[in-house]
Amino acid sequence: MSYQADFKVWRGDTDGGDLADYTVEVNEGEVLLDVIHRLQATQAPDLAVRWNCKAGKCGSCSAEVNGKPSLLCMTRMNTFVPEETVTVTPLRTFPVVRDLVTDVSFNYKKALQIPAFAPPKDLAPGEYRMAQVDVERSQEFRKCIECFLCQTVCHVVRDHDDNKTAFAGPRFLIRAAELDMHPLDARTDRAEFARDEQGIGMCNITKCCTEVCPEHIKITDNAIIPMKERVVDRKYDPLVWLGSKIGLRKS
Amino acid sequence: MSSLEKHSYDVIVIGAGGAGLRAAIEAREQGLRVAILCKSLFGKAHTVMAEGGIAASMGNVNSKDSWQVHFCDSLRGGKFLNNPRMVELHAKEAPDRVWELETYGALFDRTKDGKISQRNFGGHEYPRLAHVGDRTGLELIRTFQQKIVSLQQDDLAEYGDAEARLKVFAELTVTELVKDGDVIAGAFGYYRETGAFVLFEAPAVILATGGIGKSFKVTSNSWEYTGDGHALALRAGANLINMEFVQFHPTGMVWPPSVKGILVTESVRGDGGILTNSEGKRFMFDYVPDVFVDQYAKTEAEGDRWYEDQENNKRPPELLPRDEVARAINSEVKAGRGSPHGGVFLDVSSRLSPEVIRKKLPAMYHQFKELADVDITATHFEVGPTCHYVMGGVEVDADTEGTAVPGLFACGEVSGGMHGANRLGGNSLSDLLVFGRRAGTGAAEYVAGLGDKRPSASEADLEAAGKAALEPFHADAQTRPAGSATPENPYTVHTELQQVMSDLVGIIRREGEISEALEKLKGLRVRAENAAVEGHRQFNPGWHLALDLRSMLDVSECIAKAALERQESRGGHTREDFPIMDPNWRSVNLICSLTPGTNDMVLTRKPVPTIPVELLSLFKRSELEKYLTPAELTVLDGPNSSSTVAGEQA
Repeated sequence: MSYQADFKVWRGDTDGGDLADYTVEVNEGEVLLDVIHRLQATQAPDLAVRWNCKAGKCGSCSAEVNGKPSLLCMTRMNTFVPEETVTVTPLRTFPVVRDLVTDVSFNYKKALQIPAFAPPKDLAPGEYRMAQVDVERSQEFRKCIECFLCQTVCHVVRDHDDNKTAFAGPRFLIRAAELDMHPLDARTDRAEFARDEQGIGMCNITKCCTEVCPEHIKITDNAIIPMKERVVDRKYDPLVWLGSKIGLRKS
Repeated sequence: MSSLEKHSYDVIVIGAGGAGLRAAIEAREQGLRVAILCKSLFGKAHTVMAEGGIAASMGNVNSKDSWQVHFCDSLRGGKFLNNPRMVELHAKEAPDRVWELETYGALFDRTKDGKISQRNFGGHEYPRLAHVGDRTGLELIRTFQQKIVSLQQDDLAEYGDAEARLKVFAELTVTELVKDGDVIAGAFGYYRETGAFVLFEAPAVILATGGIGKSFKVTSNSWEYTGDGHALALRAGANLINMEFVQFHPTGMVWPPSVKGILVTESVRGDGGILTNSEGKRFMFDYVPDVFVDQYAKTEAEGDRWYEDQENNKRPPELLPRDEVARAINSEVKAGRGSPHGGVFLDVSSRLSPEVIRKKLPAMYHQFKELADVDITATHFEVGPTCHYVMGGVEVDADTEGTAVPGLFACGEVSGGMHGANRLGGNSLSDLLVFGRRAGTGAAEYVAGLGDKRPSASEADLEAAGKAALEPFHADAQTRPAGSATPENPYTVHTELQQVMSDLVGIIRREGEISEALEKLKGLRVRAENAAVEGHRQFNPGWHLALDLRSMLDVSECIAKAALERQESRGGHTREDFPIMDPNWRSVNLICSLTPGTNDMVLTRKPVPTIPVELLSLFKRSELEKYLTPAELTVLDGPNSSSTVAGEQA
């Protein structure tokens, strides 16, 4: 079953732009990215859009669909009624490059700031032993496909550009949690780093990030809240406080 | 081009998939300044799509595994056409390469005793694939990405500049390699974001651009797989080998269109999934070829027992190498026993509980539920062959990955030889680890050997490269060749190219059709030269595609020419008019090269490198008799025999 559907697609660049109207054929079983590709091939050959795998695994085709941050390849057309006009706009939190393509370099800068995995000094390659149950906690966060939908939806930065310096965003808070929960990571200051350098305190757990995550990572419940608790534990635990005062532990 | 942006590095790596990143890490750790150039954002490479795992004989699940068994499996899978030295290095070094990933922070699934878990896969005798659920490729890319970040953090501490010795230039397309006489001098390309040209001067260039799937209509490959590296190598004077061998993965999704071509990992079969036709029959039992008859179950009951007891039962034929399964599905569909949309049924829902399926195949479950509204725990689904991998590629030296052009290296899918006529699942991730590292070392040694001599690009070559890249903007009436019609839409030309390759040089090939394809490719080449683009140079997909079309056409012509020449059926090359695997062709590699200064593709023959007798002795003679000629086997006859099997040293 095919039908003609109406779309509004944001066209423009750093100098500004506007929504453009298009009518494009939609076929049974298609996703929005299929339709965008048809639009490119038939009406707008220079329409800029990022995509790679078209299978929800690379996180390239992020955009906002009717205002909701989404992957174009995972937005099934049967979730709209044929009469509906579908509006596609670039990610709002990042500067536009052209059309649906945005400058996501913010994320790469934040990635560079997190201290890397610290391998255990006493184990040679091949000697690592970890229980499945222990690696699973970090594995959940390593499912992240870096689509940055959580970054764009997070209101700490979505409406407050000036927070970008102090706040790493959900994607990199789960990276901190992943390393913190890694059974063999030799560093012990992941939670403190999340507090002091990543601005984890700015998150007020509205769970918007969890809601848009295409990998269904429980960003808030399984990463951010445990990390916040660990920060609080360490900071206010009287024994830890005493230990640090008499030089038994580093805070 | 006086205003041209220029960068100078020791090594340029083109491609940021597993092979490119491993090569870059190695070159950087050897002390070189390295730039990585990639068409997409950093971390989006097609490697993220690899599902099953990394083949390495660590023996964590079955201690009988060894590099020798892995060697034999890979050679058998490649129908003995592989470069034996590459297969040997690959089998020997893969375990170290996997363990190394753990020191970078990778988190593989574990065995009960805490080691890296290993799973069964088609063509591998023992459970061998290190994996992370069914998203192993993503783990690999993320691990390398994070290792690169860690090296950049070291440089930030040491030099105050994170990118002092290792920098990623994302969303950048290389259109031409530049040379200084006979040797590599760098790479010329443009930023996709701005369309501005840029030159990278470097004495060593490592190609790690992946495959060619976008030349075919149904493919599991991403848009980046346009054969750029293959084409760049050809134009620079390197050779392509084995291009007729294209792997069609047997189980791509056939329906709905949102997921057409997307892979259903082999693990679905490894974990119990079965293939049935429209009559409900498990047809793979009818398609076990003679060479595999001793290794596979003859009854459904035995095949089913194998999942629980692999010591005492043979594996079910659903786990035959990919080429065999793809051909079988093709035959069933042709015989009218296919599914409604032209595939067959793959079913895991009647074999495992929904909980187990979700646990073992989480990404599969999730992907098809969300992308296609298909629940693999509740229903069978339609699958069919999808273009997945090219075994052929740039001819390289097994130890250094150097090509015929000094300073040019290639690793990963873009290189050829390792997988022979057919690649085993799991061997591509290990390939890119082993040979990515070796390419990094090879390039480092080459650069060290140059001393202070640095090649440089000529101004004329840069002018020409810039002019060629801008042609699609000038395909107007004045510049078009006489007699040609209106400017072409690059998207239309691309679609027609895919149709030609799929219809005429696809899974089953015939002489007449391949010849027809070669004629049509000539016409498409003229039309591609007329491909015109609208708009300007800033992030313009129409322009990008018009340029990529050149590479796709070069690669397609190589595939068709080699497919026409090889008059036998072997692995990823099936000729209906020559259905037999012929031992006399076993020792022949077909080489594609360009006559310098022209677009003329020439095809020559070269012997496959000989298999040393000590490696040949790992096989039973009865098995070798199925692949090698009697003359080649005489080497095994006596203690005084020569140490090589018939064929020239190559």
